[in-house]
Parts: sequence; structure tokens; C-alpha cells
Amino acid sequence: MGQDFLLVLPEEILSTAALLLMLVAAWAGDRSGPLLTWLAVLSLAVAAFFLPGLRDAGGSAFFGLFIADSFAAFAKIVIYGAAAVAMLAAMSWFGRDKDYRAEYPVLILFSAIGMGMMASAADLITLYVGLELQSLAAYVLASFQRSDTRSAEAGLKYFVLGALASGILLYGISLLYGFTGTTQFGGIAAALGEGVSKGELIAMVFVLAGLAFKVSAVPFHMWTPDVYEGAPTPVTAFFASAPKVAAMALLTRVAVESMGPATESWRQIVIFMALASTVLGGVAAIGQRNIKRLLAYSSINNVGFALVGLAAAGVAGVASVLFYMTVYVVMTLGAFLVVLRMRGPDDQPIETVASLAGLSRTRPLLALAMAIFMFSLAGIPPLFGFVPKLLVFNAAVEANLTWLAAVAIATSVIGAYYYIMIVKLIYFDEPAPAFAETKEPVGAGLILLSALFVSPLGYLAWGPLEAATRNAAQALF
Amino acid sequence: MSLQAFPILSAILALPLLGALACLLSGASGARWIALATTLATLLLCIGLWAAYKVGGPQWQFTEYHAIFGRFAWALGIDGIALMLIVLTAFLMPICIAASWTSIESRVPEFMACFLAMETLMLGVFCAQDLFLFYIFFEAGLIPMYLIIGIWGGKDRIYAAYKFFLYTLLGSVLMLVAMLWMVNFAGGDTYIPHLMETAFPREAQTWLWLAFLASFAVKMPMWPVHTWLPDAHVQAPTAGSVILAGVLLKMGGYGFVRFSLPMFPDASAQLIWVIFALSMVAVVYTSLVALVQQDMKKLIAYSSVAHMAFVTIGLFAFNRQGIEGGLIVMLSHGLVSGALFLCVGVVYDRLHSRDIDRYGGLANNMPRYALLFMVFTMASVGLPGTSGFVGEFLALVGAYAINSWVAAVATTGIILGAAYMLWLYWRIAFGTARTAEAASLPDLSLRELAILAPIAAAVLWMGVYPESFIAPMRADVDHLLTRIEGAAPPGDAQPTAGTATPAAEAHR
Repeated sequence: MGQDFLLVLPEEILSTAALLLMLVAAWAGDRSGPLLTWLAVLSLAVAAFFLPGLRDAGGSAFFGLFIADSFAAFAKIVIYGAAAVAMLAAMSWFGRDKDYRAEYPVLILFSAIGMGMMASAADLITLYVGLELQSLAAYVLASFQRSDTRSAEAGLKYFVLGALASGILLYGISLLYGFTGTTQFGGIAAALGEGVSKGELIAMVFVLAGLAFKVSAVPFHMWTPDVYEGAPTPVTAFFASAPKVAAMALLTRVAVESMGPATESWRQIVIFMALASTVLGGVAAIGQRNIKRLLAYSSINNVGFALVGLAAAGVAGVASVLFYMTVYVVMTLGAFLVVLRMRGPDDQPIETVASLAGLSRTRPLLALAMAIFMFSLAGIPPLFGFVPKLLVFNAAVEANLTWLAAVAIATSVIGAYYYIMIVKLIYFDEPAPAFAETKEPVGAGLILLSALFVSPLGYLAWGPLEAATRNAAQALF
Repeated sequence: MSLQAFPILSAILALPLLGALACLLSGASGARWIALATTLATLLLCIGLWAAYKVGGPQWQFTEYHAIFGRFAWALGIDGIALMLIVLTAFLMPICIAASWTSIESRVPEFMACFLAMETLMLGVFCAQDLFLFYIFFEAGLIPMYLIIGIWGGKDRIYAAYKFFLYTLLGSVLMLVAMLWMVNFAGGDTYIPHLMETAFPREAQTWLWLAFLASFAVKMPMWPVHTWLPDAHVQAPTAGSVILAGVLLKMGGYGFVRFSLPMFPDASAQLIWVIFALSMVAVVYTSLVALVQQDMKKLIAYSSVAHMAFVTIGLFAFNRQGIEGGLIVMLSHGLVSGALFLCVGVVYDRLHSRDIDRYGGLANNMPRYALLFMVFTMASVGLPGTSGFVGEFLALVGAYAINSWVAAVATTGIILGAAYMLWLYWRIAFGTARTAEAASLPDLSLRELAILAPIAAAVLWMGVYPESFIAPMRADVDHLLTRIEGAAPPGDAQPTAGTATPAAEAHR
């Protein structure tokens, strides 16, 4: 039993930290916000340091409910990192609006615990608990800016649609339990290995649909643009990064570990979602005028490419999904950090795409960073965003899905259109009114780091990162 | 350290990149000088490369191999074909920089940085010996070119930049899937010389060949996917047009020689009719289109499409004359079309119009300009003694050996080429000036003379003594021929030996 508690050490650290920080927030008030943020980042770092599965094989705890393997460890590192960046990005943003509330880092910590559980779930019940813990914190975060009606609307919308998705997921879980007689992934896999019945097939469809909502894959993506637009920008940055990784890790684990023997059955569902996401995410983004909505469609588009890797299944496929999500998180957070700096003369946030016009004249370095993120998201070499695309398509080709790779890569050209449209605005057009100068060294540093990572220098990280993702992927097989 | 051990190719690639960074950090006039110095230094290195290249030596020289990336290696190495294209690139670059000396006034450091980055990427395409490294260089060139057209281009630059970017991207992504399949088939081997020896299954070859065609046909460009080229050329600044016509288009031809032919010889033979049909249409149709253009740059752009069709016809002739001819046309066209765009740029800088109707009689007030323009016009037409003749003649001879219809139709292209080029020259240089401004244009400045004269010299050199350029490539054409001769389709010319009559009999 003691062993079990060691395996959930990161979750324990984060829970304790979250509870303590909440007390501090309650007693010291909102002034303590920045301090709490740094403490929360610290606790994430400590939790990441003690991750089981990082240096050892990890193991399964609580009678197979929870698994801490290298797959979970890898996903958690990305999740914790993204959560930390989302907290730091928020600090000065909320600070200037005078409504920074000390609960913000606490909520993100709770969400991080939930996301960690999603990545570590080995049982449908753990899966559901983790998912809900993450989601409940996210609903509150979406409506965090209480003075803003859009924010409240986003929170409500997210909650209602999220509840619907949870319902669909739970229905699928209950069916799966009914037909296989177990909620544990291993047991389900064993049952599916003896042949897939109609009922099990329907159950899988419902489970996948519920999870597709969380990764915002088409056709369960409708909430994404609205929530992304309404939520405060740092929260949007958070939504677009860490929870996406967690949901993708969860989806991958469910698909491979519990439904592995039925790969042929779910593959067509994943392929449909992948292609629909890349096409719709590309086409719908073209007409967007709000940069946050545009990035929402961009995230839908990118999830589609990651799903191509999942459709390939196998070690190469799973590794490519992890690789894709890692690089995607850096690119997306980088783009959102730039958006956070889009401020008008009296410091109000600007969200129109058109306001980026001529940024290269007014803020050359910021413009360069944004251009790097855009070309990278479009997957144009020599930027690092090319590599994850290469890997997912390579996985598809290795899995004899060459046609899928060909179609998906052709749809990437649609996406390229709106990414280069942003570059056109930044570099070709006459300058719009300049953004207000910002003094945010933390944000600037983070932009610099992410820009360097997705620049050609990132290729040097290719080898180690691929080794790590392969090692993580091995854990599922 | 011997020259072979010095990583000269890496140095050639690194130099412009460093120059680009230095340009970004300096002011307008500093950036101009830095760019000029960097490109000249690169040219010197490339001349050294040519001098050190051993004709008749190993197929791949100056090789470097460092497996520093996850799935592919920093593998460089050149053969004679790549060497010639590298020299062409390095030769055109300082000329481009000098041509933009005064015509680019806004955002000079960025412009020079884009150009130098472009140089690294273009040279990288010809140096790369790793499949993915090649792809990265090949595709990365889109970014600086997109910026060059979009920022410093003409009125419709944004449309042209989008069209250029998306067309080329769509073509090359399909090639990427084909590359992934090939690497998979070869068991993870990405080394191009190995892949050139790999026997890919016949039925797969067709698909792979088509995927590569999608990329190279757009780049080349072949009819009917050439429509991005006139737009891009017309809108791009002069130096951009020169690089586009001089080097970027050559990547398509290089791709055919490096990938399509040696890697998929069976598919190349089987689908040869696709190439011939598209090329024949291109030669006749785009020549006719060029004939009616009012915009000088557009006219030259369409003539490029026609000339590149000679390249494809020659390369796919499956014989020595054709392949060598195609390669020489590539080099010659790189010089000639670049020079023609520079000639247009010279008068455009003075009058800010590319409309043919606004010029005329330039031979009266710009005699030196008229002379040099004449040289390039003749080279474009293919006058013996100029580079254009050598390449096109060889390509046609090669084509005749395999298909006389193709040769016949392609030859009409030469006649049409003479028509549109001579007519263009007549309307611009001869007669009397149609506008008062045209009559008062000053002749070439020293800078412009220094830009055009070296190209004219190179054009005449290649026309009079092409052996200098063919010699390094000969062994590589041999390698290519041994690789593809098994698949070569039979020619339609069936020479039958006549019955010999002894001379004495004839006089009886």
C-alpha cells in the first residue's frame, strides 16, 4: 500500500500545495497573487521532479486503478510545463486589469491534478474522475473575468456543453462496462480481444465521442471558438495547451490500451475525425476576424494532424502523437503569449486579427516571433513545426495508411493559407496603430524561449525528444 | 588540412546565413555592403570548389556526413551537375544584390537578409545528400521568396505571393509523402546515393514518380501548372525575378535528374508520354502567349516556361545528347533569363513602366544597353555562338532520336521564340521612341554595366566552348545513363541500312 502512495506522489504534492495555497489566498487576499503564482510554479516543478516512470519503469497503483508509467510521466511533464506557462502569462495580464484573483493559480493546480489523473488513468472510473476534476476547474477559469459578460457566457457555454459530453462519455462507459463486465482497461482489452460485439462497438463510439469533445475534434468542436474567444486570453492559452495534451494522452491510452484489439473498429472513426478536423479547422479559420477564434480553429486543425498519428496506432503512431502535442503546445503558447501583448493605447486588450497589420514596422521582434510561430504551425520547414507533421505522416505510412498521409498532408495546405495570411498582415500591410509598450520580462523571456525552440535550432532537440516519446509510447504496448 | 577534408560545403552554406544575420543588425547602406561582400566571398568559395572538383574523380565529392538530427543526417556532397548549378547560383547572387542597390529603398536590411537566406537554401538544395535535408532546403525557400515578393513586389504582390506559396506548397507536400514511403521501403535509409541505386517495385514507381512530378512540375514550371510564374515574376522585384528564373526553376529540372529518372527509371519510361505531351503543349502554347504580351516581364516569364519545356524534353530523351542538352539549357536559361530580367529592370528603374508600348528607339540614346540586350536576345533565340544554341540543339537532337514528332513540334518553339524575342527587341530598341521620356533615358551606368557584362561573357563562353561546363557533368550523365538504359523506351526513328553499292558499280 505504501508503494501505491509513492506512485501518486506528484498528485499528493500538488493537492497539498493547492490546498495550502488556497488557505494563503483566503487569508492574505488578492495581493498575494504573484507570490502564489510562483509558489504554484514551484510545486509543479517539484511534482515533475518526483514523477514515477521518469527514471524507473513506474508501476500500477490501487489495484490497477491508476498507472504511473513512462507514458504518463511524459504527458505530465508537458502538462505541468504548459500549466506553469499559463500561470506566468496570466500574472501581469490580470494584474493590470486590477482583477487578478489569487484563486487563479490554485484553480490551475487543481486542473493540473485532474489532467495528471487523465494521463494516468487505467480504469474508466479514474478516467472520469480525472476528467471532471480538470473540467470543473476549467469551467470556473473560463468565467474568471467576472466583470466581462463574454467571459461569463464562455463559462456557461463550456459548462453546458461539457456536461453534455460527460453524459455521452458516461453512457459509453456504462455500455462498455455492461458488455465487457469490467471498467479496467486491461480487462476491456481482454474482452474485446475475443471479438467485438455490436454493443461493444456502440459503446466505443460513445466513449470516443465524449473524448473527442475534450480534444475538440470535428464534429465535436463547436464549443471551441466560442469558449476560446470569451475566456480571458491567458485562460484561453491554458485551454489550448495543457488540457489538449491531457485529453490527447487519455484518448491515446484508451484507444490503445483498452481498445487495442479492436483497432480496426475504431480506426475509421479516428480517421474521419482527423480529416474532418484538418479540413474544417483550415477552412473555417480563414474568415475569422478575432485572433483568439482563429487560434481556436488552428488548434482544431492541429488536433486533426495528431489524430492522424493515433489512427496509425502502433509505437510509432503513439510516439508521433506525443511528439506532435509537445511541439504544438510550445507553438500555441508562443502565439498566445504574443496575443497577450496586443494592447491598445489605454492598455485594453485588442483581439482583432487586423490589428496585427504592419507589426513588423512597429514591433519588429514581436513580429518575427509571431511569424516564426505561424510558419511553424503551418509546418513549413526549416521551422520545428515541420518535424511533428513529418512524424505523424511517417507513422501513417508505416502503418500502410499512405492514402491517409497523402490526403491529410494535402489538407495542410488549406491551413497554410491562413497562417501565411497572418504573416502577410504582419509583414506586407501598412501599419495599424501600434500596440502599447509592455514591460513584462517574464512574458518576453517565454516568447523568446518558445521561438528558439520552434526555430531551426529545435532540430537539435529532435533526437532526444523522439527517444523520449518512443520510450513513453513503449509503455502502452 | 587538405581541401577535401575542409568542410567547404558547410562553409558555403554557413557564409550567407551569417551574412543575413549581420545584415539584420546593420543599417541600410551597411546591409548592402555586407550582402555584396558575403555573396562575393561565397562566389569565390564556389569558384574554388569548381577548381578543386576532380573531373573523372569519384561520383560524389566533398562529402560530409554528420548524423546529428533524429531521423536524417547533415549529409552533403556534390556531383558535377550539382556543382554547375551551385556555381550558377553563386554567380547570380552578387549580381542580384548589385541590381537591388538603388531600386530597393525600404527595409533594406531585411531585404538583404532574405536574399542571403535564400542563397543558403538554394545552395543547400544542390548540396544535400539526404532526402529529408533536401526536402527541408527545397521547401524552406518558400519563406524568404514569399517575403521578397510580398514586401518588395509590385501592385498585385499579395495575390502573387499567395499564389506562389500555395501552388508550390501543394506540389511539394505530395512529394514528402512519396519520400516517406521510399524511406520506409529502404528500411529507414535516407541517403540519396543509396536511394538512387534502390530498385523500387514497378507498380509503386508510378505513384512515386507522379508525386515527385507534382512537385517538380510546379517548380519547373510545366504547363498547365505554370500560371503562378507569370504572376510571381511580374510582381517580384527585379532581383527576385532573376533568382526565380535563374535558380528556383532549375530545382525542378535538378529534381528530375536527381530523383525521378535514376530512382524510378521504369515509371519514367512508362510515363514519358506525359512529359512529352505537356512539354509540347508548353513549347507551342506559351510561346504564342508570349507573343501577345504587352508587359515585358510577363513576356520573358512565358518564354521561361517554353524554355523549360526544352529541359524536360531533353532530360527524358533517355540518351546522352538529350540529357546533356537539357542540363545545358538549364544553365543557359539561368543566365539568359536572369539577364533579360535585369535588362527589363534597368529601364523599369528609369521609367517605372514595363509596358512595351512606352519604349522604342532605345538604340539611339542607350547604345550600350541596346548592345547587351541584343546579346541576350540572341542567346534566348538560340543563335549559334551563344549558350542558348548549344543546349537547345543538343536537346532537340536527343529528342529526335527517341521521338521525331516531339522534336518537330519542339523545333517550332525555336521559330516562335525568335518571333517573340526579335519582335520584343525591335519594339524596344529600334525605330523611334514612342514617348518623350523613352527618348531621354540615359545609358547604362557603370554599376549596371558591371552587372550585365559578366553575364554576357558567360553566355558567350558557354556558346563558344561549352566543354568547360559539360566536362564536369559527363561522368554523372554516364551514371544516369547506365541506371536508366535498361528501361529506355525504343525510339520511333528506325534507321534501316541501305544496300551498299560499290562505287565502281555506280559508274558503270
